[in-house]
Amino acid sequence: MDAATQKPENVASAPVAVAPAIHIAPAPHLFGGVLTTRRMMVDVLLALVPVLVASLWMFRLYTVLQLAICMVSALVAETVFTKMRGRRPTLGDGSAVVTGAILAFSLPATAPWYVGFIGAFVAIGLGKIVFGGLGQNIFNPAMVGRAFVLIAFPVAMGASAYVAPTAGLDGLTQATPLTALKMLGQSTGLLPLFLGTTNGSLGETSALACLIGGLYLCARRTASWEIPAAAILAVAAISGLLGVLGPRTGWTLFHDLSGGAFLFGAFYIATDPVSSPLTPKGKWMFGAGFGALVMLIRRMSGYPEGVMFAVLIMNALVPLINRWAIPTPVGGPVPVKKTA
Amino acid sequence: MSQDGPTPLERFINGILPENPVYRQILGMCPTLAVTNSMEGALTMAGAVAFVLICSNVLISLIRGLLKPHLRILVFTLTIATFVTIADRVLAAYMYEMSKQLGPYVPLIIVNCIIICRCEVCASKQGLRAALTDAVGQALGFTLGLASIATVREILGSGTWFGRWLGWRVIPEAAPQHWSPWVVMVLPPGAFITLGLLMGAVNWFAARKAK
Repeated sequence: MDAATQKPENVASAPVAVAPAIHIAPAPHLFGGVLTTRRMMVDVLLALVPVLVASLWMFRLYTVLQLAICMVSALVAETVFTKMRGRRPTLGDGSAVVTGAILAFSLPATAPWYVGFIGAFVAIGLGKIVFGGLGQNIFNPAMVGRAFVLIAFPVAMGASAYVAPTAGLDGLTQATPLTALKMLGQSTGLLPLFLGTTNGSLGETSALACLIGGLYLCARRTASWEIPAAAILAVAAISGLLGVLGPRTGWTLFHDLSGGAFLFGAFYIATDPVSSPLTPKGKWMFGAGFGALVMLIRRMSGYPEGVMFAVLIMNALVPLINRWAIPTPVGGPVPVKKTA
Repeated sequence: MSQDGPTPLERFINGILPENPVYRQILGMCPTLAVTNSMEGALTMAGAVAFVLICSNVLISLIRGLLKPHLRILVFTLTIATFVTIADRVLAAYMYEMSKQLGPYVPLIIVNCIIICRCEVCASKQGLRAALTDAVGQALGFTLGLASIATVREILGSGTWFGRWLGWRVIPEAAPQHWSPWVVMVLPPGAFITLGLLMGAVNWFAARKAK
């Protein structure tokens, strides 16, 4: 795998299936010269364009500022840390740019410069390079960086940080929909949630943009459709059940689906091929667990939104899921050799 | 017996860096992670551990002829517990605030593996001089480990160094839009991250030196 992360082109052009054994290596899996790391990363960046448009419309220059800080910091961090490890710089595969972009889209608009800067360094350094670089990381790097800055700078990242009446943008004068629901019991209309005219992290507000980009990712097979499908089903089921048991005025399962960062997380973050399970069965489990954890954190914890922690917890469970979801080969299960 | 193995001077030097309790033996992790969010806490803990380590090493070394193999761990523990109780009460009497802040971690020195490890591998088999230099070296190594972690955590987490005793401010106070202390460094995750990174750095330097 090490060689694959270093020289994806060479591996991709090599003949497929040299060994007859079932070979399970860490993702991304390269085959046939089509699916290279760079192509996948470019796909993710293309899929982020609708999110970028929605974010620019809603948060104007704050989006540009945060994206610039996070992406430049991520690239600098990648260069510095790969150099420290004595490796060839891996800027070309685009993974650092994607990590920086995802991190920027998960920050509040008015977060100070050092939040994105430190977040990007932690994401690349502690989230990726300490594990051995791209393809070896257990956790989604961007979410590691965000979790770090969330705990490190609660004032700049907490629920109150999203409200900035002095920033001169209408969207920033109100609480985020999920905070308003949790703290004040106020529901937000479905149309604003769907179109994204609400407050929130830079990339999360518009469900429509996330759907467009996410469907593109799934159609290109860059993201596995099983993960968002399972997550959406899980959230819909749990939210529908809770709605029957204890209805909240003006808040339905569609609000839960399109509110907060859920769709952004389900399509862009949870589908990271490195830190999600390998088999379709495992991906269903991963997605369902992700959706269930999001709902659990939204309803039962002090945090208004739980996408970040849900992704990190499910990332930690991926080795276990992989073990549960080993596919049965054609012709029945492989007999287990008894060790005397 | 005292003829083979390292000399007392080698034991002293080994304890400080080549066999540093924190970075090399990875012993005594509980206080290392728990009390290192300020230099004051780290140095008080290191002082208490040094006192207990040196006293129990000396005492065990003096009574090593009387030790029965099957009862030796019990004797070690009772000896250590005696000195830990002394250290705990002295701290509570003369450094009440610090004693409150360290809380259960002072009594927990009893189960600090560094001390019982030194009693077992050194003091119970060596003469007074070897046991004493060994204990002093290990205590210095532990102090160095705690102080290095606390330096990183206090500077990043609070912006100060010896903030409470000397009031030294390393990072000037700034408006929240320019800079902010990293709260995570004061919290337990900061301890794990700092320890891991510093241990990596120590290993890296050791590997470079070995080349």
